[in-house]
Amino acid sequence: MTDRSDEFVWKRKHLVGLDELTAGEITHILDTAESFREVSTRSIKKVPALRGKVIALLFFEDSTRTRMSFELAASRLSADTVLFSAKGSSVAKGETTLDTVRNIEAMGVDIFVVRHSQSGAPHMLARHVAGSVVNAGDGSHEHPTQALLDIFTIRQRLGRVEGLRVGIVGDIAHSRVARSNILGLRKLGAEVVVVGPPTLVPSAITSMGCTICHDFEEALSQVDVINMLRIQFERFSSTLFPSVREYSRLYGLTAERIKRCNRNVLVMHPGPINRGVEITSEVADGPNSCILQQVANGLAVRMAVLYLVSQGSE
Amino acid sequence: MERLRSAEQVHEAIDRLFELVDSQLPLKAALAVIGIRTRGEILARRLVELLRQKRDQLIEYGVLDITFYRDDLSLRKGMPLVRATEIDFDLDGKVVLLVDDVLMTGRSVRAAMDALVDFGRPRAIRLAVLVDRGGRELPIAADFVGERLDVDPTARIQVHLTERDGDDGVFLVLGGRRRGK
Repeated sequence: MTDRSDEFVWKRKHLVGLDELTAGEITHILDTAESFREVSTRSIKKVPALRGKVIALLFFEDSTRTRMSFELAASRLSADTVLFSAKGSSVAKGETTLDTVRNIEAMGVDIFVVRHSQSGAPHMLARHVAGSVVNAGDGSHEHPTQALLDIFTIRQRLGRVEGLRVGIVGDIAHSRVARSNILGLRKLGAEVVVVGPPTLVPSAITSMGCTICHDFEEALSQVDVINMLRIQFERFSSTLFPSVREYSRLYGLTAERIKRCNRNVLVMHPGPINRGVEITSEVADGPNSCILQQVANGLAVRMAVLYLVSQGSE
Repeated sequence: MERLRSAEQVHEAIDRLFELVDSQLPLKAALAVIGIRTRGEILARRLVELLRQKRDQLIEYGVLDITFYRDDLSLRKGMPLVRATEIDFDLDGKVVLLVDDVLMTGRSVRAAMDALVDFGRPRAIRLAVLVDRGGRELPIAADFVGERLDVDPTARIQVHLTERDGDDGVFLVLGGRRRGK
């Protein structure tokens, strides 16, 4: 088999955020994920691409679906995985993040998938470990694979990304999903409007190239895609939120509101969903929703990311 | 880049390949012709068209991307885009004709066979190549060969096909036998 030298060649060893990626690199990940989707349709859903490699899943912060998605992606690539979760581990005994990771690396690890409550933790690790680092969500900074799977799903359902208008609704201030989505979507030429109560939408977010709208219904009439962020109940105790009921009344996605949208509007949610709070069951399970498709695509996107960083050298 | 074979000579080689395949592949069994990306895919498509014109028999067509099965993944720095494998039919019990443009080390064919058995259990796998240039590193031989070329082991042979390269031909690319990228 011969390769064309003018084809795009992936070089990155880490994926810490969409901030540092070019539009070409993002598209390359999406195109590679397209090829990996086919693997999940085979009778033997496994390829030997990463056979003999070890992937450490370092979950300093809890996660179920992201962890399972990475774990399954790794196993479909024939890699071995080791799992570290902060609960009941040496972190509780006072070990620093870097010491923890260096100890695990000493066992021979090729790729670290890192989820951490501290923004920037994966960047720090990428500078200090010999293996690859993939950010699986850091603080309120970035969650690149979530944004990639969201964009992949948009492209799959609507056939393009450029020129689309995407609404992101919810707690923008604390959302790494929102940040990565804004970065990725802007790079690929989509317009982004963020929607939410003023206490949860910092005005400085416009420096990322998006616009702000506090009126949900006005925003709905203009968008091709609505990405509903999960409301984190732990934040309701703070003064930022009025009450669950008031939030739901102002910013909940209901069937009534869907009627005011473009008929083919795509409804997304990164999960886990709070039924009846940010989205009603009727909408979450309705024809415009692609929530389960997002989960399925997450697997292909994460296979692509693990595969690509394992080939990268820079 | 030196031209070794003209478009005319490539057509003759493809005709020879087709005659060999047609005279030896069974008429009763279900056939699947599967090309290895990128130029094996084009050759396979040409062979399928010729076979379908001549034979009244079910002939499936598929494309295999062997990137995930390569044994030199860890030796390469930077990867070009992986494309999807397209085999949307059942391989069980079929006679598979695997098609590639150039046979050299046999490593691509090894990778392709590994990939194929992940899709099912073919009754038999046969190998057709347009050019066999020697230099095997694995115990693999082609069942059907369009043309054998005797060339320097360090040279690289490139087959051009109209669908992708604008012209049919066989070329000698001087320098290392693998692109050292």
